[in-house]
Amino acid sequence: MFENAVAAVEAALGAGAVYADARYIEGKSESIEVFNGSVRQLDRTESAGIGVRALVGSSWGFFGTHDTSSTGLLAAGRRASEIAKASAAVPGQPFELADVPVVEADYETPHDESLFEVPLSEKVDLLVAVTGALRDVEEVRLATATVAGWDTHKWFVSSQGHRIHQHLVETGGGFSATAIGDDETQIRSYPQSFGQYETGGFETVRRWDFLSNAPRIADEAASLLTASQCPVGEMTVILEASQLALQIHESVGHAIELDRILGWEAAFAGTSHLKLEELGKHRYGSSLMNISADATLPGALGTFGYDDEGTPAQNVPIVNEGIWVGVLSGRDSAARAGLPPGGMARGDGYPRMPMVRMTNVGLAPGESSLDEMIAETERGVLMSTNRSWSIDDKRLNFQFGCEIGWEIEDGKLTRRVKNPTYTGITPQFWGQLDMLAGEAEWVHWGTPNCGKGQPIQVAHTGHSASPGRFARVRVGVTG
Amino acid sequence: MKGARESAERIVEMVGDRAEAEAYVRIGRGELTRFANSFIHQNVGEDYLNIRLRVSSNGSVAAVTGDQGSDDAMAALVETGLAVAATQPIDPDWPGITSPADIPQSDFSSVSTIEATPDQRAAEVAAFVGADTALVAAGYCDTDWFDIGFANSTGHGATSRGSRATIDGIHQTDESAGSGHATSVDFSRIDGAAIGSIAADRARRGTNAFDLKPGEYQVVLAPEAVATIALFLGFYGFNGRAYNEGQSFAAPGETQFDDSVSLADDPSGESALGASFDLEGTPKTHQLLVDRGVTTMLVHDRRSARRAGTVSTGHGWTESSKYGPIPGHLVVSPGSASVDELISGVDRGVYVASFNYCRILDPKTQVVTGLTRNGTFMIENGAITDAVTNLRFTQSFSKSWEPGNVLGLGEDLRYADCEFGAGLVRAPSMHLGSWNFTGGAAG
Repeated sequence: MFENAVAAVEAALGAGAVYADARYIEGKSESIEVFNGSVRQLDRTESAGIGVRALVGSSWGFFGTHDTSSTGLLAAGRRASEIAKASAAVPGQPFELADVPVVEADYETPHDESLFEVPLSEKVDLLVAVTGALRDVEEVRLATATVAGWDTHKWFVSSQGHRIHQHLVETGGGFSATAIGDDETQIRSYPQSFGQYETGGFETVRRWDFLSNAPRIADEAASLLTASQCPVGEMTVILEASQLALQIHESVGHAIELDRILGWEAAFAGTSHLKLEELGKHRYGSSLMNISADATLPGALGTFGYDDEGTPAQNVPIVNEGIWVGVLSGRDSAARAGLPPGGMARGDGYPRMPMVRMTNVGLAPGESSLDEMIAETERGVLMSTNRSWSIDDKRLNFQFGCEIGWEIEDGKLTRRVKNPTYTGITPQFWGQLDMLAGEAEWVHWGTPNCGKGQPIQVAHTGHSASPGRFARVRVGVTG
Repeated sequence: MKGARESAERIVEMVGDRAEAEAYVRIGRGELTRFANSFIHQNVGEDYLNIRLRVSSNGSVAAVTGDQGSDDAMAALVETGLAVAATQPIDPDWPGITSPADIPQSDFSSVSTIEATPDQRAAEVAAFVGADTALVAAGYCDTDWFDIGFANSTGHGATSRGSRATIDGIHQTDESAGSGHATSVDFSRIDGAAIGSIAADRARRGTNAFDLKPGEYQVVLAPEAVATIALFLGFYGFNGRAYNEGQSFAAPGETQFDDSVSLADDPSGESALGASFDLEGTPKTHQLLVDRGVTTMLVHDRRSARRAGTVSTGHGWTESSKYGPIPGHLVVSPGSASVDELISGVDRGVYVASFNYCRILDPKTQVVTGLTRNGTFMIENGAITDAVTNLRFTQSFSKSWEPGNVLGLGEDLRYADCEFGAGLVRAPSMHLGSWNFTGGAAG
């Protein structure tokens, strides 16, 4: 399929581009959702097309099309250059793309068992059994279980000589139980809200053992209807690992995107509280905070061989012992900032232009444990599994809600609490990280629904985390 | 390439008598010119073809989607759909496919939008940026047109064409930002200079902002903020599936809102955006969801309607199976007050241009947390005074419109951007008696 991408690139160059690249992509996906014992959704998608990016002067143009005929490929290349020329009516400063190795390469996600080769009946039977187990608890009125996956082949060609084929395999799923009271709903999810997704095949779903965990999740959902409200005030908060992963995603991952720092996302996603001149000096959090963006982590959802500009996947330090040291970047943003390109430009399928996206932005494990943190907490709340998330356009002021909490008194978990929420300001909050669980509780959580850009693009990102403890947090904000 | 209706009919023909089938085909082009730091930094376009086929073989149901329009590709899609369905258990909630209904061929498209060029979009961006070159501008100008075709194996078929053009952006000082937005069927009605001037004015007035102590305040909400409330009420509340499942606040027949509030879902008229039928081929018509404070109805697709013992209101969409039926043409009835008149009725309160990053804590209580953005101002003694730094709120959206809390409605009805994008809601400004701000810039 390289020839399709080559044709489009040559058309773009012929129409005036000084640089062009193209991704020819063939993909398929499957999504199965069972609701209260019946299949509510069974969708399969098959797609193919090309996205061409052209640089004319200092201006980009991009065009994507499903039309993979020779006429369609050539038209897409020419259109990308025409659009780039129009951009020059409101031009930016001249720049050179940051240098990356020009390679011919092949990459495939390690996987054992393709989702598409597992019989549909086996997948549906599993999900039906899970919702059945959830519905064994009387208060659970809504039981939903899902598996989904993506199988994608990309052929990337650039006018500089890149020829890269990648076969990416991503799979996951999860389930939830919703209990409904007179004036409230309470939900519990597993392995996390929206499910857990990883690079790999159906073996990832088997490993999370949905069926064995269903009774516990159902019991917890039911118990929340009669649980006490989350206490209100300033106290210690312990975040279970998947919630800490989301905290990383929202208050670190987006803030370190170089396009946001440069102002390119100002009108929609927002900017960042970080200033480039503070790189290497700004204190992001406590000395327990060590964050990297590692696109090479086996099994993590943000893992690949090369990004969508042909830059090799790499492990980039972001925060070292609390000090901000790195960013997420692509070839143009890195060049404008005078930084090395990080290989983090990805597009959502062939019709979308690559932009800076998180890879696996994770928090290195500490040396404590969840049990030890609880034992060393006089008064606080343990919160688990995200239910709502909101953060401002500079990634400073956040408020998160979780599905379930447990009060902690004198080193012991006491009663369950419902509607737990906490709020804070990013650097202060991370500065209050005072205990962090170790490698035994460290998980590569996956976020399959990260939205950014206009037109909107959805990316799959990873966030490794273990449970963490934060001192003096404002808890229990209600409407 | 075939037209959308022809493609849909061809697919249904390929299924033949092997299963019940419905096909929905959308063909179009979307192009978007994006700017930041006062220059065009991303400029993109796409020719798209979305084919969705749903088949039911003796009650075993599957849906497949694709983007290839050749006969061979469509035949392969048909065979995949039939093969997947054949492996499935019978779906006890399968509502069947839509019977033939009278849907006039509709064309809500505009030639100026269909023919808009990258140069024309760039010119509107230049006008937006040029509204104040001392400020820093960011945003987008986009055009989209489409041709939708539907067919099913009862012989039912429909065609609809439409278009949309939007300019949306902000101007920024070092310490403030202000927004402006316009959406129309017709690109020639988009005025980048005028919208840029609104954004620049808000940005300039937003400097020297102070941190307001959180608490309950009266608010005057601009159309963008009102649109976000309306969309959350629609998405989580008037959603027939959410109601069936006990997750909705809505109580048809009850007075749940102030008697000044009426809310409709209206896909008709010259300013309509979108198709005249839904994903299942059900006609879309004007639906009154709230009539002078009284909740009157819910919206349904065929599946939620069957469960509720009623009929579809034409609200099936591509994500119905995941989220349920959603009203996507909401109109909040306007009042007769100017924005200045609304502000003049406030002794001490806050003017909010738009909300940001709103997320629901519980769909049944409609408690939402989010922030203000791109224009937050103090109102004192009936006039806007100082700028306020962005505030966080934690507020039940349904209770914000409860009887007695809606103190005024503006005459400025227009398409307003909202949390989920452009072209979904038309809303006016609104004066509310109380709004719960729970945090500020300092947390």
